[in-house]
Amino acid sequence: MVSTLFRHATLLLVIAALTGCSGVQSPLDPAGREAEWIAQLFVWMAIGVLVIWLGMIALALLAPHRRPFATARHQTLFIAGGGVVFPVLVLVALIGYGLSGLPGMLAPAAAGGLSLEVSGVQWWWRVRYFAPGLASVETANEIRLPVGTRVDIRLLSEDVIHSFWMPPVAGKLDMIPGRLNRLSVEPTRTGTFRGACAEFCGPSHARMNFTIIVMERGAFDAWLASESRPALDPRDPTAQRGRTAFVERGCGTCHTVRGTESIGRAGPDLTHVGSRHTMAAGTLPLRQDEIQRWITQTELLKPGAHMPAFAVLPDDVVAEIAAYLMQLK
Amino acid sequence: MKSDPEPLESAPPPRVQRGQAERLIRTWEAPRGWRYWSEVNNSEVGLWYIGATLLFLAFGGVLAVLMRIQLATPDNAFLSADLYNQIFTLHGSVMMVLFAVPIFEAVSVLLLPAMLGARDLPFPRLSAYGFWSFAIGGVFVCGSLFFNIAPRGGWFMYPPLTTSYDGGVGADVWLLGLSFIEVASIAAAVELIVGVLRCRPPGMRINLIPLYAWYILVVAGMILFAFPPLIAGDMLMELERELNWPFFDARRGGDPLLWQHLFWIFGHPEVYIVFLPSVALVAMMVPAFAQRPMAGYSWIVLAAVGTGFLSFGLWVHHMFTTGIPGISLALFSAASKVVAIPTAVQIFCFIATLWGARVVRTVPLLFVFGGFTTFVIGGLTGVMVALVPFNFQAHDTHFIVAHLHSVLIGGTVFPVLAGFYFYYPLATGKYLSDRLGRIAFWLIFVGFNVTFLPMHFTGMRGMVRRIYTYPENIGFDTLNLVSSAGAVFLFAGFATFFWDLLRPKKHAPYAQRNPWKAAGLEWLAEMPAKPWGVRSIPEIDSRYPLWDQANLVRDVDEGRFYLPDAEEGERETILTTVIDARPVQVLRLAGPTFVTVWAAVFTAGLFIFSTFDMWSEAAVSGVLALVTILVWLWTGTSLIPEKTEKSIGLGLTLPLYATDHQPVGWWAMFITMLGDFTGFIGLIFGYFFYWTSRPDFTAHPQGPGVFWPTLALTLALASWLLTMLARRANARNRGPVFQASVLGAGLAAIASSVAMIAGPVVTGLDPETHVYPAIVWVIVLWTAAHLAVGAIMHFYCSARRAAGRLTATYDIDIVCVTLYWHFVAVKVLIAAGVLAGFPVLS
Repeated sequence: MVSTLFRHATLLLVIAALTGCSGVQSPLDPAGREAEWIAQLFVWMAIGVLVIWLGMIALALLAPHRRPFATARHQTLFIAGGGVVFPVLVLVALIGYGLSGLPGMLAPAAAGGLSLEVSGVQWWWRVRYFAPGLASVETANEIRLPVGTRVDIRLLSEDVIHSFWMPPVAGKLDMIPGRLNRLSVEPTRTGTFRGACAEFCGPSHARMNFTIIVMERGAFDAWLASESRPALDPRDPTAQRGRTAFVERGCGTCHTVRGTESIGRAGPDLTHVGSRHTMAAGTLPLRQDEIQRWITQTELLKPGAHMPAFAVLPDDVVAEIAAYLMQLK
Repeated sequence: MKSDPEPLESAPPPRVQRGQAERLIRTWEAPRGWRYWSEVNNSEVGLWYIGATLLFLAFGGVLAVLMRIQLATPDNAFLSADLYNQIFTLHGSVMMVLFAVPIFEAVSVLLLPAMLGARDLPFPRLSAYGFWSFAIGGVFVCGSLFFNIAPRGGWFMYPPLTTSYDGGVGADVWLLGLSFIEVASIAAAVELIVGVLRCRPPGMRINLIPLYAWYILVVAGMILFAFPPLIAGDMLMELERELNWPFFDARRGGDPLLWQHLFWIFGHPEVYIVFLPSVALVAMMVPAFAQRPMAGYSWIVLAAVGTGFLSFGLWVHHMFTTGIPGISLALFSAASKVVAIPTAVQIFCFIATLWGARVVRTVPLLFVFGGFTTFVIGGLTGVMVALVPFNFQAHDTHFIVAHLHSVLIGGTVFPVLAGFYFYYPLATGKYLSDRLGRIAFWLIFVGFNVTFLPMHFTGMRGMVRRIYTYPENIGFDTLNLVSSAGAVFLFAGFATFFWDLLRPKKHAPYAQRNPWKAAGLEWLAEMPAKPWGVRSIPEIDSRYPLWDQANLVRDVDEGRFYLPDAEEGERETILTTVIDARPVQVLRLAGPTFVTVWAAVFTAGLFIFSTFDMWSEAAVSGVLALVTILVWLWTGTSLIPEKTEKSIGLGLTLPLYATDHQPVGWWAMFITMLGDFTGFIGLIFGYFFYWTSRPDFTAHPQGPGVFWPTLALTLALASWLLTMLARRANARNRGPVFQASVLGAGLAAIASSVAMIAGPVVTGLDPETHVYPAIVWVIVLWTAAHLAVGAIMHFYCSARRAAGRLTATYDIDIVCVTLYWHFVAVKVLIAAGVLAGFPVLS
C-alpha cells in the first residue's frame, strides 16, 4: 500500500512539473499583478498540502505499528496537538499571509485614467473603453489592455449572471443583473491570452470566451485611436456588395457598424470586427469561411444563440457579407 | 427507584422463553404477499430506503460517466449542449439530494434503533411516509431526463437564468420535485432526533450514547435549520416562474443574490449534513478494528457539535466572486478555515484510537483508509479555496470539481462503502465477498485518483466548470483524457460493488454473530436478524456494552431484561428521559398500513401535477393528501390503550400513555415547528435583504396598511388564548367549555387568516409590479396558511373530544396543538410587526 502511495505522489509531482507553463488560459502562467501573486500563493499552498497530505497518510499507516500511548495524558496531548495546535498554527500563518495581499488586489486604479466597462450578454461580451480625451469606444469579445497600467473594469450583465475571468491576468468577478461590480487589473507582460465566462449562463456557456491582448502602451493607444474611428467604406467590389447585403438582409437591426446605417444594439458591435482574433465570443477563428459557416449554421456552432441562422441566404451573398466583415479592420 | 437494576438472576424456563419469542415474532414479523408493502417497521423501511438511494447512486454515476465521455476529447459531439446541461444538473442534484442525504437517513432508519436497543423509531409511519415520498419524488426527478424535460440550470439553479430565461418545466421539476423530497428529509430528521432523545435503553445516559447517535443528533438538527430556507427560496422562485412575482428580477426591484444566500445557507451545511453521518459510521467501525474504545469521546462530540454550528457561518464562501466588500471576504475566508479544526480533531481521535492497536486488515478498513487519504486531500484543497485571493482564480473551475469530489467521495462515499461491508451481515445475515470487496476497493481507489488528481491541474490551467466542450490545444486535452480514463476504473469498481451486493447469496452460510467483535448494541442481532430488534431491552451502563457488560448477549437472548414479551400483540418499545435515560413509558408503535403509502402518493400528486400546471388535478390531490393524513392521525396516533400501565419485567411497571414527560408527539411538533419557523425567518430575511440591498424597496410607500395586519394579529392572539383555555378546560374535564373555546379558537384563526389576506387586497398591492408587494404577499400567504392549518387542528381536536378519543387524561392532541399555536402566535406577531410596523418606521 505504501509503495502505491509513493507512486501516486510521484505521479502528482510529474503532473505538477508538466503544468508549469501551461497555455493561454492558465492562472499559473501569469501576465498580471494579481495573477502573479495568486500563482505564487498557489505554489506555496500546493507544497504545503502535499507535505501535510503525505504526513497524514504516513501517520495513519504507522499508527498501528507504534507503541500504545503510555498514559491517557499522552493521548490527549496527541489529539490536542494534532487536532488543535497544529491546524491553528498553520491557519493563522496562512490567513495572515494570504489575506495580506487582498487590499492591494481590491485597490482601484488612479482616477481619471483608462477604464473599461464590460457587459455579459448570452453568450458574448460588450466591451466599452473610456479614455481621457476620447469618446467612449464600443467593441466586443476582445479585451485589449496596456501593459503596466492599472485599469478599472466595471462589470455589468444585460440578462443572466455571468462571470468575467481573465485567468492569466487576475481572478474572476461576477456580472449580476441590477448590480455593478468593479475589477481592477494590472497586466505585467504583453501577449495574447484567452478569457472565459466562469458562471454557468445557459446552453452555450462553453461558447462564451474572449481574447485578451496585452500591448505596449504606445501600441495600445494607437489601436484605441483607430478603434474609435468609424468604419471605412469598402473598396473591393465583392465587399461593397457585401455591405449592401448586410444592410438589406437586416444584419444592421442587431449589429452596429459605426459610420453606416447599421445601428443595432442586440448583437456585438462589428465596426472593426476584421481586426479581431476570433469571432462569436472565441468560438471560431476569424476567417472568411468561418464567418460564412457562422451565418448559416449559427445554432450548430452555438446552441441557443439568439442570432437566427441565415441558412436561406444564397451562398454568394453569404460570401459577400463575410468578405465585407473581414475587411472591417 | 433502585439505581442500576441487574438482569434476572436466572433465565425464565425454556417454555416461557419460547412462548415470549413466538409472541414477539407474531407481533413484529412483516405481512406477507402484497401486503408486505404496507410494513412500516424500520428494518423493512430501512432496507427499501437504502435500496432506493443505491438506485439513485447508480443513476447519478451513469450520468457522470456520460459527462466524462463527452469531455474526453475536445469539440466532442457525443452529447448536445442542452443534454449535457440537463445531465450535469441532474448529476449534482441526484447525488446530493437523492443519494448523499437520504443514504444517511436510510442507514439511520435501519440501524439507529438497533444501536439504541430499541425495537423501532418512535414514528414508524412517518418513516414509511418519508420513504414513499422520497421514492416517488426521486423517480419523478430522474425520470424527467428520459422525456428531455430535466432541469438544466445547474443544481444551484441561479436566477435569473432559471426564472426569466428558462421556459419549459425543467426548473419546476427541480423546484417542486426536490422541495417535496426535502420535506421527507425533514420528516426523517424529526424521527431521528426524537429517536435519539427518547428511545434509548434504560441507563444509557446522554454521555453513554454511541457516537453515531451524537452525529445523527447534530446532523438532524442541521437539516432542521438548513433545509427550510431553501424551501422558502424554492417557493419564491416557483412563484416568480408561475405568477411572475419579481423576487429575482432586478428590473422590478428583485435581486438574484437573495437566491444565492438562501441556497447556500442550505448548501453549505448540506456538505456537512452528508459528511458527518459518514464520519459517524467510521466512528462506529474504528473501535471495532482497534478492539478498544474510541480515543477522545468528548472531543469528538464537541467537534461534531462545533462543526454543525460553524457550518452555518460559512455560506458566503460560495459567493466570494459576487462582489461583496473586502471586510466580509476576509471574515468569511477566515471563518471557513476554522472548520478545519474540528475536522482535524476528529481525524486525530481516529488515529489515536488506532495508535498501537493490533489492527485486522479487513475490507471495511481498506475503504476507511481510502476515504481518509481522499478526504484529507479534499479538506486541504478546501483550506486553499477558502483563501479569498486563491478563490478568485479557483472558483468555478475544475479545481473545485476535484476538491468537492475528494471531499464527498472521500468523506461520504468511501465510508458508506466501508459501512456496507461492515454492516451487511446485520441487514441480511450474510457476508459480502472479501475478494470482490478488495477488487472493488482498488478499482475505485485508483479510478478516483486517476480521475480527480489531474483535474486539479485542469482547473489550474483555466478550465471552467459546467462547459459541455472545449477547443483543442489550449492545454485541456491530455488531462481530460486521463480523467475520463480514470472514470472507466471508477465505473468498473462500482459495478463490482453492486454485483457483490446483489449477487444471489442463497447458499452462502450465515455470518457468525457479531463478526467484527464490536461493542455496540446493534451487534446483539442474531444471524439472520429476528424482526423484533432486541429480544429484551437491556439496562446499559457503558459506552461499549458488549465489551464491558458481562453476559449481556446471554441475558438479552434469554429475556432477562425489559419487555421480553408482547402479551397484547402490540408493537412496543421503551421511552426514556432525555438526559439520564430513566424509563418512563411503554410506547405503543403503529403497525403496518397502506394509509402512509396513499398519503405519499397524494402528496406527490400535489407537487407533480403542479409542475405541469394541472391545477385542478393538483388541488384534488392536495385535498386527498390532507384527508389521508387526517385519517392516518385519527386512526393511528394518540390512541387510548386498553389498560393504563403494564409490567415490563425486573419489577418495573410503566404507563402506556403519559404526558408528564413531554410525549414524543410534543417533541415531534416542537422540532417540526423549529424547522418551519426557520423557513419563515428565511422570508423575513428576504424582506430585510431587499430593504438593505435595493434603494427602491421603500420607495413603495403604500403597504398593506396598519389596520388589517393589526386585526389579524388581534384575532390570532385571541385564537391562541382560546387554545390555551381549551387545553385547561380539557384538563379539568369541562367538555362544553372546551368545545366552545376550541371552536371559537378555530373561527378566530380563520378570521385572522382572512384579515391577513385582506390587507394587501384592500390596499391593492399588485405582486407583479415590484418586489415589495410580492414579498409582502408571500409573508401574508405563509402566515395565513399556518393560521388555516391551525384552525383545522382546532376542529380536529373538537371532533376527537366529541368522539371520546381526547379526554382529560388522554390529551396529547390538544397538548401538541397548543404548542403549534405558541409558534403561530410568534409568527403572526413578527409578520404583522414587519408588514404594518416597518413601513411606518422607515
